[in-house]
Amino acid sequence: MSETILSVENLRVEFETRRGTLVALDDISFSIAKGEVLGVVGESGAGKSMTGAAIMHLIPRPGRIAGGRIMLGDQRIDNLDRTGIEAIRGRRIGMIFQDPLTSLNPLMTVGDHLTETIRVHLPLNRRQARARAIELLEEVGIPDPTVRIDSYPHEFSGGQRQRVVIALALCAEPELVIADEPTTALDVSVQAQIIKLIRKLCSTRGTAFMLITHDMGMIAETADRVAVMYAGKVAEIGKVSPVVGAPLHPYAQGLMGAIPSLDNEEPRLRQIPGSMPSLTALPGGCSFHPRCERAMDICRQRTPALLGGIDHKVACHLYEREEVAA
Amino acid sequence: MIALVIRRLLQSLAVMLVVSLLAFVMFRYAGDPVNQMVGAETTSAERQAVRESLGLDQPTLVQFARYVGRVVTLDFGVSYQFRQPVTKLLAERLSATLELSFVAALISLFAGIVLGVYSALNPRGRISSLLQSVSLVGVSLPTFLIGILLIYIFSVSLGWLPAFGRNGLIPVTENWSTGLLTIEGWKSLLLPAITLGLFQMTLIMRLVRSEMLEVLRTDFIKFGVARGLPRARLYFRHALKNTLVPVITVVGLQIGSIIAFSIITETVFQWPGMGLLFLQAVQNVDIPIISTYLLLIALLFVTVNLIVDLIYNLIDPRLKDAAS
Repeated sequence: MSETILSVENLRVEFETRRGTLVALDDISFSIAKGEVLGVVGESGAGKSMTGAAIMHLIPRPGRIAGGRIMLGDQRIDNLDRTGIEAIRGRRIGMIFQDPLTSLNPLMTVGDHLTETIRVHLPLNRRQARARAIELLEEVGIPDPTVRIDSYPHEFSGGQRQRVVIALALCAEPELVIADEPTTALDVSVQAQIIKLIRKLCSTRGTAFMLITHDMGMIAETADRVAVMYAGKVAEIGKVSPVVGAPLHPYAQGLMGAIPSLDNEEPRLRQIPGSMPSLTALPGGCSFHPRCERAMDICRQRTPALLGGIDHKVACHLYEREEVAA
Repeated sequence: MIALVIRRLLQSLAVMLVVSLLAFVMFRYAGDPVNQMVGAETTSAERQAVRESLGLDQPTLVQFARYVGRVVTLDFGVSYQFRQPVTKLLAERLSATLELSFVAALISLFAGIVLGVYSALNPRGRISSLLQSVSLVGVSLPTFLIGILLIYIFSVSLGWLPAFGRNGLIPVTENWSTGLLTIEGWKSLLLPAITLGLFQMTLIMRLVRSEMLEVLRTDFIKFGVARGLPRARLYFRHALKNTLVPVITVVGLQIGSIIAFSIITETVFQWPGMGLLFLQAVQNVDIPIISTYLLLIALLFVTVNLIVDLIYNLIDPRLKDAAS
């Protein structure tokens, strides 16, 4: 097995509110290897972005990490102080946000953004930093980078801005990039280009990506492994082909069933009835049971554990029994 | 950029023309200028002679054209009460008002931005909430009351600073003498400048605070944090610059009003500036001074607005592209 870059173990994030403690993330575990793309999917509010924010210590107040461990290589990073995490941000873990239109300072040129970030992390002078900035722009596919480097963000299209944002995340050659819905704000043809770019960076640089999205198609095309999240928990995790091709969890099956396909004769797409429960009103047992067509008595009483092999794990009572039987 | 400057200049010119029409109407029709100049025992033939010699019998449009012509050559007529050219009277007072306003604007700008940034960066701090409440007092207390309070504390009780007047003057040119070169000059300037600037300072502080809080919530600050930029750099290089665009508009307009509203402060401190002159003119219905003051203040606002527009374009590259 290849070198593990990030491993998250039993991560729990809580929010203290007036109405009591809300559990935003409950017992999240996964790992990402060098050069690997881990897709994280789920509905809005499932905790995908919260997981990325927790790794970077960017959880909004009053949220806090209440349990578990986050390991970056051999270093434990969930308990770092402010100076400690600031040395990690941008340097060892890069981050990309959803909207490239608002991610850049409108009053600074793209070159200023890049050289500033490069010089914060690397011991380069102004000229060297600029040369590196031009290389980075070239690498992420900005045409004519020697000229474009002095342009302002508003002079770039949305797709180009997202390329610039990716270049910014890569400034200090981080081992891991957390991409939080990097293509949601872009149109479809540009999405495909950005996906291609991410794949290219993985293979040429060995950068690992944590790709947070609700776009199953994008996961199928880009990711090596995928984690399906529901209501703050991992429902199913494993290699892309089994999880996307033959999902086990009824929720994952529902998600896959909602992807339109060309050879599907059905006139209507399948949909999952109901909507995800709010964190203030999580049902007991498996939090998916009120929407599950195959819910059993045990689903209402006990939370299923995430079980299975390295390649494919699922948290569902349907399969717990099989395992016990086998 | 040049096209923008020319367009703005033309707009300013139009504004000034309208204001000069107002000033003219006031000058010509607020009471009879002839009555103001001659004594009660003048015969109507003599009155007619004065009227003709001043050109007041000609059509209104011609009179207005001649008025504009005189204004352009800085001839604003003769003050009724002082029997001196208005230009000379105002020029003597200009240095006092400009120095006072300039120092007041600097104090309010500097303190306003520093305190505003501080309370935006520590929104929950005790000092910040104290500043917020104090600034509310600054916004709501009338200027004259603040002036009197300051005089009471620093002049009457402590005896540190003079209570009124402008001292320590060093003449620079014929009409211009400055108080900025002597300690005595600064001493007499300090209280009126703080009084005049306090309202603007609290306004700027509150504005900078709210704008900065807004900017700190934006995605590009979040992205800056995520790529490991140091806090100080994010706050002062990224956030502050974005905060300044709206702040400059308000500050620009406020600088205009500082000069325009120095009337009250000048009265409280008996500061020999244009405002004091204007107040005396109002009391004596000295129309030439009143209408000239109107023109001058309008010119000031127009100029400041022009400068603000140009600074905008320097700070925000998006506007430059939109303009050209």
